[in-house]
Order: sequence, then C-alpha cells, then structure tokens
Amino acid sequence: MSKIGKAFENGKAFIPFLTAGDPCADKTVEFILELERAGADLIEIGIPFSDPTAEGVVIQDANIRALKKGITTDGVFEIVRKVREKTQIPIVFLTYINPVFHYGYEAFFAKCQELGVDGIISPDVPFEEKEEITGAANAHGVDVISLIAPTSDARIQRIAKEAAGYIYVVSSMGVTGVRTKITTDVGKIVEAIRQVTDVPCAIGFGISTPEQAKAMADKSDGAIVGSAIVKIIEKYGNDAAEHIYEYVKAMKDAIME
Amino acid sequence: MKKGRYGQFGGQYISETLMNELIHLEEQYEFYKNDKAFNDELQTLLNEYAGRPSLLYYAEKMTKDLGGAKIYLKREDLNHTGSHKINNVLGQCLLAKKMGKTRVIAETGAGQHGVATATAAALLGMECEVFMGKEDTDRQALNVYRMELLGAKVHPVTSGTMTLKDAVNETMREWTNRISDTHYVLGSVMGPHPFPMIVRDYQSVISKEAREQILEKEGKLPAAVVACVGGGSNAMGMFYNFIEDKDVALIGCEAAGKGVDTELHAATIAKGSLGIFHGMKSYFCQDDQGQIAPVYSISAGLDYPGIGPEHAYLHDTGRATYVPVTDDEAVDAFEYLAREEGIICAIESAHAVAHVRKIAGSMSPEDSIIICLSGRGDKDVAAIARYKGVQISE
Ligand SMILES: Cc1ncc(COP(=O)(O)O)c(C=O)c1O
Repeated sequence: MSKIGKAFENGKAFIPFLTAGDPCADKTVEFILELERAGADLIEIGIPFSDPTAEGVVIQDANIRALKKGITTDGVFEIVRKVREKTQIPIVFLTYINPVFHYGYEAFFAKCQELGVDGIISPDVPFEEKEEITGAANAHGVDVISLIAPTSDARIQRIAKEAAGYIYVVSSMGVTGVRTKITTDVGKIVEAIRQVTDVPCAIGFGISTPEQAKAMADKSDGAIVGSAIVKIIEKYGNDAAEHIYEYVKAMKDAIME
Repeated sequence: MKKGRYGQFGGQYISETLMNELIHLEEQYEFYKNDKAFNDELQTLLNEYAGRPSLLYYAEKMTKDLGGAKIYLKREDLNHTGSHKINNVLGQCLLAKKMGKTRVIAETGAGQHGVATATAAALLGMECEVFMGKEDTDRQALNVYRMELLGAKVHPVTSGTMTLKDAVNETMREWTNRISDTHYVLGSVMGPHPFPMIVRDYQSVISKEAREQILEKEGKLPAAVVACVGGGSNAMGMFYNFIEDKDVALIGCEAAGKGVDTELHAATIAKGSLGIFHGMKSYFCQDDQGQIAPVYSISAGLDYPGIGPEHAYLHDTGRATYVPVTDDEAVDAFEYLAREEGIICAIESAHAVAHVRKIAGSMSPEDSIIICLSGRGDKDVAAIARYKGVQISE
C-alpha cells in the first residue's frame, strides 16, 4: 500500500486541492506546508492544463494564471521536491492526461516515485481507458485513483472493485465549483462501494462550508475541497497562507466533530 | 481493431460523469441504425427538408481553365442551412428525440453547425443552446442572429482562446451539468467514441451519393476526392465510401493560416503531434508541455487544434494525404470560384478548391476530381471584404 492509507488512519480525512504554480511555484510550496499545518491529511496538487474541461471557472482561472507564470511539468515536480524536504504527507496529482502523455508515462511515473508522489487522478481517463496509465503507474508504486460520479450506477461496483488508494466520489453533476447545495444521494453511492471494497472513499465537488464538509465526511471517509481553497488563493495571492490556514483548520475541526 | 479505435487513435477520454451516457448513446445509435422506421424518417428529412441528394456539378469552366482533370463539385452548399452540417445534425437530433431528449446543445465555430442544430431543433420541437467562441460571435455575427431567429440561445464563450476548442470545452461542461434531458450534438468526427463513428456515418451520405453520381457521369471512379478539414466531418463524409477504392486518392486540406512556418495556423497533421484531448487520442497542435496551442485560420470552421481520430489513422496508414492551404490561397480560390463558376463557397471549402487549382493541371483530362463544396459563402462575404480592405455597410 502507498502512503495514501495513512491519510485515513486518524478518523475522517480532510483533502485540500490547489493548483500548482498559482500564484507562483514558491507560494505553492508554502501553501502546501500551511495546509498540512492546518490539519490536511493528503494534498491534491493540480498540474495546470490549458483546457481543463471538468473544471468550473475558479479552477480554470487558476490554471490560466499558473500557465501564464510559465509553470511546466518539471516545475510542478520541483514544487514536490521542495515540499518533500519538509514533509512526508501523502501527495496526489490531479492532472488531465495530455501533459502526462506528453512527458512520457514511464518518465512521469518514475519521477513520481523518485519524489514520493503517491497517486494520480486523471479526470479524462475513465475506467475504460485506465490501462493507458496503470502499467507505468503501478510499476512505480503510484496509485491510479478512480472517480465515481452521480451517474455511475451499475459502473460503481465495477470501478470500485479495481480501485486503489482512495475513491473520489463526485458529489454533483457538472464541473468543479462551489455549490450551495449537494443533492446527490452520495450515501447510497458509498454504500454500494463498501459492498465490494475497503478502499477509503472521499467525497468532493462543490464542498465549501464546514457544515457541508462534515455532512459529506459523515457519509464517507473524508472530504475533498478544491474551488473554495483556490478562491482564497485567487483573492489573497501571495498573502493567502494565513487565510488558507484558518479556513482549513475550521474545515478539519468540523469533520472531526 | 478495438471498439471505438482507429488503430491507436480514438477512445473515450472523458469524465466518469459522461460515461454511462456515451454507452447509452452508442446502444441507441446501434439500435436505430437498423430500425427501418427511423431510417425512413431520416431519409425523408434529408430528401424533403434538407434537399438531398445534393448535386454533383461538372465545373466545366474551371476544368478548361486549369487544363487537366475534370473537376466536379459535390454541392453540399446547396443543402438547407448552407452546408454539410445538416446531414449530421438531422441524424443526431432525430436520434436524440427517439432517446427521449428534449434539449440539444452544440458547439459551433463558423456558426454553420450551430445554425444547422438550431434549425433541426426548431423543426423537431426541441430546446437548443449553442456555445460559440466570443471571437467567432464577432466574426460571424450574422450566424449568431440566425440561430436566435431559429429560437436557439447562443452563449458567447470567453474562456481560453475564445474560438472553437473553447466552445467545445464549454459545451462538454454544460453536458456534464445536465445529461438526463440533453443531447450534445457534436459537430464533427471528433470527441469520444461513439461520436466520430456516428458523425462519420451520418456524413457518409456525401460519398455514397457522389460515388453513384460520378459512376453515372464518368463511367469510372474519380482519381481523387478533395475536402477541407477542420475536425474532419465533411472530409470523412467525402472519403468514406471511397476508402476501399484504393486508386482514388483521398486528400484533406488543412488551414495553414499565415503559413505553417508561422505560429498562426491550424495545420494539425502538418505541425501537430500525438496527444489526448477532447475525448480522443489523435493529433493536436500543442506545445512541448502538452498544452493545447492557440490556433489560427481566416476560416472559423477550420480553426481547431485537433483532427478526428479516423483521419489520424488514414494519415498514419498512408490511405489519405493531408495538405496545408494558407489564408491567401483560400481567399484567392474563394474569388476564383465566384468568377469562374458563379459560386460563392464557404471560406472553409475554398481551402479544398485552392488545392485542386494546384494539382488539376498536371492530371490527365481522362481523370476526374471531386471537390466537396462543404458550404456556401454568404456568411463569409463581409469577412472577405474586410480581408481585402473593402469597406461595406449593410
Ligand atoms: C462550410 C464548412 N466546411 C467545413 C467545416 C469544417 O468542419 P469539418 O472538418 O468537420 O467538415 C465547417 C465548420 O464549421 C464549415 O462550416
């Protein structure tokens, strides 16, 4: 098992997401350490992509800001290298497949292994296409994280049976972004998953308030929060660290209640 | 070959949220493909509403002028709504209706696919929303108004490069948001399986007709068929029924914009590399980091950084050839066809005309070439005037 299991050992996991290189690479390093200090159990790092089709406006804009600053895939690895000088917190990349394809699967996952990246989530690689990366990823001890959506139905158990690391349960239809209400019956999805695997489930998409995070974590093993954090970074830029800390601390406290 | 694959190309690289819908779409497509009532209804729409079969016109003056192979124009410009796009749209909208959908969404570049979708939606009584890059809503403002006249809602897309690829991104996002009553009428032979197959099948009527028509007129197959390539739907439709005829050259014309040696082009085969984007593995214009490159063409309909997976396969296997054609060459050809044959074609189609002007002269008068005239040029007149520095006001 990869280090990912550790994230779920101490009760419910809080999993924040941020986009690498927004507002700049050094700040991403600082923010990741701040996220950990505030109680994050695992960090999802987004590798910027020009056309993030599963992303709402907030994360789209973060991708554009990071690319404008000139972030490269090697630049993202450099961020991880600096983070790894300070902490062994589990790290997962969230990336569209094209930058990884372009880097070369073998080279990419070898680098992940070298730097201690524990998993990869690729929103445009569904179950049917996962052989695209599982060979190279597994050879280098990197978990390929599966997504399960409100529309997955009969696919839930097929996907769950082969899941590794954790399962990313998508709470809502549509793209990433803060939502006032989550209407999907995620509890039922998690139940179906639990029938076939012990791999932990974390729920993401649309979560922004402590109440939402608690409600979602109660139904699963953890809550994933992206847009709300990226919004704080958008708002405060270089000075976002303390705001991130306060926000994440409140979220983590809420789910541990 | 694996299902949904053309050699290594194609696939279904798309979010989990859409997967069941794609599987369902494929099942329904396969069912209705063999359903006589569906096919009769579609054929009636194509014939009685869209005006099929389209003419295969012998361009005698152009042939004489170029002094080589006989030139035929497959007149998709004469279809209702003025382009080949209606062939695919009637098929997909009818299918969507049978699937119980009440709303269709679509991306559009030049606006032709959007207009066709809005038209079919009006006819079949469906709600329609079209996503169009802001840059394109500006350069094709008349088509925006056309869609609105037809009852569609047009969303200008301001993300990214504000052109066709961004319109596709935004339509995919909208589809992920609302699937149960909505079908995404993809406009070209691209995207995740089963779209490249469905769009190709609905467009293959072009070559089905053209093959019969040329055999009747010439008593033999053409030496070449030529079409412009954006995502590749009119080209795939023009090529499909000739693929097994190995002596028929299949030639696709890509937009070279200001030239393939500049940054301003959309020549995917000439300048692109293998990648995975918009649901498919294919060739894309991209940078060394795998970021999709901004592309450029005078023609909004060819301004796309990728190419359909079946074209990528036809290119790799050598069955089809893809050539770049610049803005200048296309504009020349646009004017040439107007003067020579009295036909104002779409600036997209003019890319194919331009290439034929280069090759026809060196071919035998015994041979023939078919150009797919994918659309009419009314939409482009104002832009061409601007390009030529001519002031007009409507
Ligand atoms: C007239 C015309 N031709 C060609 C195209 C390019 O599309 P495709 O390559 O799918 O035929 C378009 C797209 O808008 C068009 O309007």
